[in-house]
Amino acid sequence: MERVAVIGSSMTQFGQRDEWIVELLSEAGLACLDDAGVDASDVEHLYVSNMASGEFEGQTGAMNALAQDIDATPAYTQRVDQTSSSGGAGIYAAWQSVASGASEMTLLVGGEKMTHRTTGEATDVIASLTHPVEYKHGVTLPSFAGLTARHYLDRFDAPRESLGKVAVKNHKNGVDNPNAQFRKEVDLETVLESPIVADPLRLYDFCPITDGSAALLLCPESVAQEYADEYAVITGIDGATDTHVVHEREDPTVMGGVVESGEGAYEMSGREPDDIDVAELHDMFTILEFLQMEGLGFAEQGEAWELVEEGDTERDGELPINTSGGLKSKGHPLGASGVAQGVEIYEQLVGEAGPRQVEADVGLCCNVGGFGNCVITTIMEAAQ
Amino acid sequence: MTMDAYRYEDGTISYPGHPRGPDGAEPVDTIDLSEFTAEVVTWTTSTATPPGVREPNHLAIVEFTIEGESVRAIGQVTTGEIEVGEEVRPVSVDELREPGAGIREPASQEWDGYRFEPV
Repeated sequence: MERVAVIGSSMTQFGQRDEWIVELLSEAGLACLDDAGVDASDVEHLYVSNMASGEFEGQTGAMNALAQDIDATPAYTQRVDQTSSSGGAGIYAAWQSVASGASEMTLLVGGEKMTHRTTGEATDVIASLTHPVEYKHGVTLPSFAGLTARHYLDRFDAPRESLGKVAVKNHKNGVDNPNAQFRKEVDLETVLESPIVADPLRLYDFCPITDGSAALLLCPESVAQEYADEYAVITGIDGATDTHVVHEREDPTVMGGVVESGEGAYEMSGREPDDIDVAELHDMFTILEFLQMEGLGFAEQGEAWELVEEGDTERDGELPINTSGGLKSKGHPLGASGVAQGVEIYEQLVGEAGPRQVEADVGLCCNVGGFGNCVITTIMEAAQ
Repeated sequence: MTMDAYRYEDGTISYPGHPRGPDGAEPVDTIDLSEFTAEVVTWTTSTATPPGVREPNHLAIVEFTIEGESVRAIGQVTTGEIEVGEEVRPVSVDELREPGAGIREPASQEWDGYRFEPV
């Protein structure tokens, strides 16, 4: 099986944008091709990660529209929807297309246009992924976070402040990301005194609603060397699914999809948690950063908060987490987020992360759909 | 109205029911959870609710123990004055959420059900 390389990346400005979904996808797609110096006519497969452009905007078939707008026809196109993990699932689909030999140049573009909807409407589109017994009670993704956070804090005797420190850290990192939605530091007091959204979690424990797009360009490693001196290789990738009904999980503080996909990615790459130099985790809610740190083996169960308290996950810490600012500060345009995680890890590995740069040869990203319902874990390494 | 959980051939119980249970076990019986009390595992009060949902919305995950087998459920709570470990009972409600106010097709699912009330 051919090793799969990443040779280009791009990310639009995340935030409140005037452009609609196809325009956002085009902006990121063209910038990615420019970044790699590849012509659109060389693209053989084009994947679009998107959760709900039909529901948000009334625009379906975005992959077809994008192919024409960037002049990539007649490349094979496919939309990838796996709710909030559509981006990670897109990386998996793009990796499969190259690893299988079906494509020698695959463009992946993720995007979502959300901010024209009210917070309630956007929350409802996302909550539509829930089971009918959850939906009829008005259960939302933020309410799952509140339920889980209370259980975690009580069970592991973790201080409420430790969750706030995740938000403080990721906002601090976002200041140095020119494409982040929020480039503003927040202090712990502000986080802990912000309005309650899902008790015990408050406004600053949650990511914002965001418009934006991100892209990656993948090809066989043998082809990569024609285009780039510096590139990354996807050495491990796996996806897994947990229960649709969240309360049916045996342990509310364990995300089975994170554990399973992490183990698969580690096994494929031959790496272990200690080998990871930098990670992008799906911090849609602060509590999710703890659950992924533990599910991926960066911390024992119930102890992730201690690493945060000790500063280990800061940019200058032992394992920098969410150097991009994470979903918390960078923003969360659903279908784009997993791709944007890949963009950050790629840029860290090829030395293009600017003021956010850390020393890294091996990076990991974990993209979570629903409340851990579907998860993709990807390990990338700098080409040697 | 009932709050039907499925019992599978291996003795496990799930709410809601599924065509197949753990390890592919087939359902063999239903149990009306509304006839039992449960214990609060965790709870939250959501203040940012979507269209058609009461605000604030008190929610809890509760655990029933039936003949030594535990089964969990999620649902609205009648009050925000609730504690982990508290005993609650299901009370019927004709409409938990306004059908048609949100994105889901009203005819695609039921909208009545049970809230949990401290005993």
